[in-house]
Amino acid sequence: MPFFIKIHFSNIMVIFLSSKLNRETFIRSIADLLRKAEIELPDDVLDALRNAEAREENPVAKSQLQAILKNTEIAKNHGVPMCQDTGIQIFFAELGSEFQPGFDLEAAIREAVVLATAEIPLRPNAVDPLTRKNSGDNTGVGIPDIHWKLVPGKQLKITVAPKGAGSENMSALRMLNPTEVGSIKNFVLETVVNAGGMPCPPLTLGVGIGGSFDKAARLAKEALLEPLDTRMSSFEKEILEAVNALGIGCMGLGGSTTALAVHVKTAHCHTASLPVAINIQCWANRHASVVFGGEE
Amino acid sequence: MEHHLQTPLKIEDIENLNAGDIVYITGEILTARDEAHARILEIEEKGEELPFSLEGAVVYHCGPLMQQTAKGEEEEWKVVSAGPTTSDRMSKMTPPLLKAHNVRAVIGKGGMKSVASALKDRCVYLAYTGGCAALAAELIKEVKTVHWLDLGMPEAVWVLRVQEFGPLIVGIDTKGKDIFAEVREKAEKVLEGMQK
Repeated sequence: MPFFIKIHFSNIMVIFLSSKLNRETFIRSIADLLRKAEIELPDDVLDALRNAEAREENPVAKSQLQAILKNTEIAKNHGVPMCQDTGIQIFFAELGSEFQPGFDLEAAIREAVVLATAEIPLRPNAVDPLTRKNSGDNTGVGIPDIHWKLVPGKQLKITVAPKGAGSENMSALRMLNPTEVGSIKNFVLETVVNAGGMPCPPLTLGVGIGGSFDKAARLAKEALLEPLDTRMSSFEKEILEAVNALGIGCMGLGGSTTALAVHVKTAHCHTASLPVAINIQCWANRHASVVFGGEE
Repeated sequence: MEHHLQTPLKIEDIENLNAGDIVYITGEILTARDEAHARILEIEEKGEELPFSLEGAVVYHCGPLMQQTAKGEEEEWKVVSAGPTTSDRMSKMTPPLLKAHNVRAVIGKGGMKSVASALKDRCVYLAYTGGCAALAAELIKEVKTVHWLDLGMPEAVWVLRVQEFGPLIVGIDTKGKDIFAEVREKAEKVLEGMQK
């Protein structure tokens, strides 16, 4: 058993390692990370929800926001998932070029998901797409979904973002014409109107612009991980204001806060295309990170 | 207006509920989502009997997270987390369900498109705050039984005893008033204005 120290920030845990990462330590940490993500919202998300509740003047919307805040407290105090849709498990991993794991990280992550499903517990959500047969442990072909990024350095950072279906189902992707940059905002608004109360607003909107068909979607999902207190660009603010002017409100029952934040991520794309993806996130913007290796 | 209702519900219990009112329910509710709705209609079509009664029933669009605390004959389950799922997925199956059974209230989230006329004089749609599963679990006092567990934990029909289950907002009343449709129409108008 190697010596290690854990330090917790709001939703990021740092594990300093004195020697090579041990497989059991890793699996335990990832299962704990999942527990944290399912039970506690990051501080920036909670703050944004509290602000929305304080601002809201529509009594029905206010009652809904109060129920959400009460729910997050009960979940934290009782140590139970805040939503019964504990999602499918999506991981974003950044592997430092000098970090030597010494074991199959993907297999270990899968094992951690099975462990967390049984012990937290999580709702088994993974099914075969055609037969709809449930695997029972949240794993299956291509699931958990793990995205790897190779980065310089000696650390391994893993973020988990459990994603529920209600909001994911309302997400959209469109291949716009290159001359249609001006209609990106309209596409976001149409998507939000079409979604109404179904994705559990107040939402976080991740908008991926450029790249390719699949890259735009990935950018949109990554944008959801941005802290909600990040300064928004004037483009992001413009979209957010327009979204909130729609009056859909908390749970689609009307009100002033339909979205808490809009985050846009871009990538260069082919001169002949303009892919735009909108990933919708419900109020339960769940995610947590762990860093193995400590300081560089 | 705030209302406290006891199941099974009679038509008189729901006739005077107005869209926007707050409701709390005590008694028995049944969970049913996509697969359970499909099976109920299938059984109906074959003219067979359901293993549970829907007379005066409250149907909750919910795929709960349950934990089995005892197995075998004395099977026991505990609710871990049980918030509402997106109701609109059941929109097409709800009118035939209401035609065949006297379901008096449907609980879910996000509203249902084009069901207000099927609900008229028969049933109310009650909105429960989406994602508030830990709060809901506190108000569910007992898992009475489970049907159709072969459909998987989220899709099975769970019979739950609840106490003061709410706050539920009347989203669609028996007079055909639909808050979700009104909000959606208003949002479409605002969007049209922006597009000009």
